[in-house]
Amino acid sequence: MTQQDTFFILAPVAEGRAESLVSLLESMTLKPGFADPENTVVPFGKFDHLHVARFFLVQANTWRDVEAYGQSPRPYPLQLAFLGDVDGHRQVFLRELVNRSADGLVEIFSHCEGVHDGTDILRWMEDHNVKESANYVNVRGRTVSQIREEAALAAVLHDELATVVSAQGSADVFGLHQHLAEFVERQKASGLLHLTAPTKPSWRERIARWFDLISVPLLILFLSPLLVLLLPLFLLRLRLAERSDPEVLPRPDDERIVDLGRYEDHDVTNPFSAFGDVKPGWFRRWVTTVALFLLNYAARNIYGRGYLTRVQTIHFARWVFVDDKRRVMFCSNYDGALESYMDDFVNKVAWGLNLVFSNGVGYPSTRFLIKGGAEQEAKFKRYLRNRQLPTQVWYKAYPGLTARDLARHSEIRKGLEKRPNGARAMRNWLSKI
Amino acid sequence: MSRTPNIPNDPVEFDDMQALVRFGHGALSEAEFILCSIRDPKAAGDWLDQAPVTSAERLDAPPSAALQVAFTAVGLRAMGVEEGMSTGFAQPFLSGMSSEDSRSRRLGDTGQNAPSEWDWDAGDAHVLIMLYARKGGLAAWKDKVLTPTFDAAFTQARSFPTRTNDGTEPFGFRDGISEPKIDWQNAHPPSKHGREDFSNLISPGEVVLGLRNEYNARSSSPKVDGDVPGSAILAEASGNAARRDLGRNGSYLVFRQLAQDVPGFWAFIDKAAKGDPDRRDWLAAKMVGRTQDGTPLIHGRRDIEGSPRSNDFTYEDDVDGVRCPLGAHIRRANPRTGDHPYQIEGRIGWLLSTLGFRRRRDKLPGRHDLVASTRFHRLVRRGRVYGPKLKSKMASQKGGQSVDQGLLFICLCADIVRQFEFVQNAWIASPTFNGLTGEADPLLGGRAPFCGVASDGFTIQTADGVGEHIAHLPSFVTVRGGGYFFLPGLRALRFIAHHGKQEV
Repeated sequence: MTQQDTFFILAPVAEGRAESLVSLLESMTLKPGFADPENTVVPFGKFDHLHVARFFLVQANTWRDVEAYGQSPRPYPLQLAFLGDVDGHRQVFLRELVNRSADGLVEIFSHCEGVHDGTDILRWMEDHNVKESANYVNVRGRTVSQIREEAALAAVLHDELATVVSAQGSADVFGLHQHLAEFVERQKASGLLHLTAPTKPSWRERIARWFDLISVPLLILFLSPLLVLLLPLFLLRLRLAERSDPEVLPRPDDERIVDLGRYEDHDVTNPFSAFGDVKPGWFRRWVTTVALFLLNYAARNIYGRGYLTRVQTIHFARWVFVDDKRRVMFCSNYDGALESYMDDFVNKVAWGLNLVFSNGVGYPSTRFLIKGGAEQEAKFKRYLRNRQLPTQVWYKAYPGLTARDLARHSEIRKGLEKRPNGARAMRNWLSKI
Repeated sequence: MSRTPNIPNDPVEFDDMQALVRFGHGALSEAEFILCSIRDPKAAGDWLDQAPVTSAERLDAPPSAALQVAFTAVGLRAMGVEEGMSTGFAQPFLSGMSSEDSRSRRLGDTGQNAPSEWDWDAGDAHVLIMLYARKGGLAAWKDKVLTPTFDAAFTQARSFPTRTNDGTEPFGFRDGISEPKIDWQNAHPPSKHGREDFSNLISPGEVVLGLRNEYNARSSSPKVDGDVPGSAILAEASGNAARRDLGRNGSYLVFRQLAQDVPGFWAFIDKAAKGDPDRRDWLAAKMVGRTQDGTPLIHGRRDIEGSPRSNDFTYEDDVDGVRCPLGAHIRRANPRTGDHPYQIEGRIGWLLSTLGFRRRRDKLPGRHDLVASTRFHRLVRRGRVYGPKLKSKMASQKGGQSVDQGLLFICLCADIVRQFEFVQNAWIASPTFNGLTGEADPLLGGRAPFCGVASDGFTIQTADGVGEHIAHLPSFVTVRGGGYFFLPGLRALRFIAHHGKQEV
């Protein structure tokens, strides 16, 4: 399995430079927020290992909300975030990025504090890289080139199936499979199709993964006597907090909603960027840390096969602590309009959202960390919308394809390489083409 | 499992509600809608004051005529209900159906359906007057309602006469069969995880502002401050005695004129069927999901709460779309999904489903749990048909001759974004609905690429797995205009009327 990695470069924008930064970022797009893959500043389309990437300005819209907790608010300076998901290692990707577009990167980051002409931009980016607390990948190890090869395969099979069915009918499904398999072999031989075999994990990687898989259950088992003892105390402390934590849920500005809309729905996939404060005090910070640790474990070991619990529309998602764990950034890439995404949140995974986000300032009230909260639809949508930020530049390496499309293409390839067992399974396979 | 928030089961005030919320006025087969601008707010107030607006109270006999009145956001402002005085109107209502490109993108109002191509736009008008009467009675009813005061108060911007209602839409299909049943008695209050299976009942707050909705919360409703002159007539806002509820017993009304190319539709089907009349009917039925007389292509009976016997099916009996195609119109408009995919047995089953581990048992791996739960996205439809009636199959033989006809689509909902816009976006216009690719609604689709993806195909799933693909569907339906309206309760209507008087 190909190793995948992330990068998240975060730096404060220099005083008075925000306006010129935004117009530079806008020059990289075809439509508001939708990157031109060939843009001259950072030509995303030239990087074969890059899945998704975005630049956005991090603005703390809700930083004053902690006043409701009797705390004096701490302002958060305007920051520029540059993040992406890549095949291979971060260092390798960033080096290639700098090799090909150092000028553009310097042009962008010179709007940040501490960057000028002579700065070693690669080193500066590494210095400003923030490690995420949790990361979700729709299908772990599925590379950009695999996605592109499988999309090409699905397209030619679709046409070929129609041709062969109109010539010889559809009665003999096994014959159809054989015909398609031979057709693909010929295409491969003549260089029209490529289907690179996935890299097999080495023994070392397998052992590491097994160890990772069992480590957390073992740790929990080992600590279980202690956890059982602490549980009542934890619940007591939690319920006290849940009963007294104020909700801060003003209606989002209509103008802000309209402005956010400008950046949305140019592709079947949309980026979501949000930023908010963790409730003050050690308890919530600690709960968030544990929740994100468990989420990261689950995303790495359980959910990397197309589903994040019941949700199948998320390509990549990232949770990042900043400002000494006082604030959290959430960035994701999802299929469909934002209303559909929020519908999934409210109706399918409210409990999961609550586990993490109920530790945020102003969140709709929860019970026992998982009940309530996002189940309160109107309140939850306000909470989310108030923290959402426009994504000034967003790139996706496979525009027009949803996570379901990618999964379907993989299923088509799998059925081609390993003949489905029985007529019924064969018909299922054909129906995907 | 969930604690119920404290929403008192207050009795429904039918006498304060416009009748359209409760009734489709089916017996009143003649109707005309008039879009007006306010010329004189004071005169408009006078007219509204004595206008015989029909309430939702059930009478011994259905009325012989009805009048309903709805306002655009601009219209409310023209009546003196300024922003700042009222708060809490929904953003899409205030902004309008056509004013943001992003909204048009989501609704599929691009290409020939783009607002720039529309014949009319409710954003330029103020009031929608809806007149209904029994057969032969409309002219007299208009004379009675449209008094000289009316003429002094309003300028008629556009009038929409309708075809006598016989329950059939212009393509020739029986229409209006699937309607949600509003649970007025609140006999089945929703609780989270309580609707694993599809039910046809919806809570009143899905249609009426300020009542309990499917999320067990009061639907959002606009308010005015108690010190606004004339506001004493309004109901007190729940939980806040200082404010008055302007939205109580009101609803949002979505209006779109959808022109239907009937000859084009049947000519296309005839060509695709190579002139075979049986195959033509079969193909048209596959696109709609029903035969022309309204019989659904699915026959598996299920006992669905609030649904008549003839309409009590779900698609669980046809997950692979062999009987009713996955992209058929009725399957998109009302997917009949519950909160969880498939029936789940017991708490363990529920837990496994919630955690996302039940997918392996799916009959058709992959197409699992892709469609949202239907109960949060229902609409109460109140549309009427316009234009002269053609015999549909005759039209296909004559061909060519284009006649202006179609549907005046009207629906009511409490949350425009979650209900109307969601259905239009995620279910009707989306080429990726239910894991499909490259096809939008076979009847309503605009065929322009949607979010960069082609949307002009249609697939008929078949038992052999190969399926039949129809490429390059032309568009049969064109949006000619539309708008978002507020259909106030009767007290709110009087408040609006008096406010107009005081401002001038």
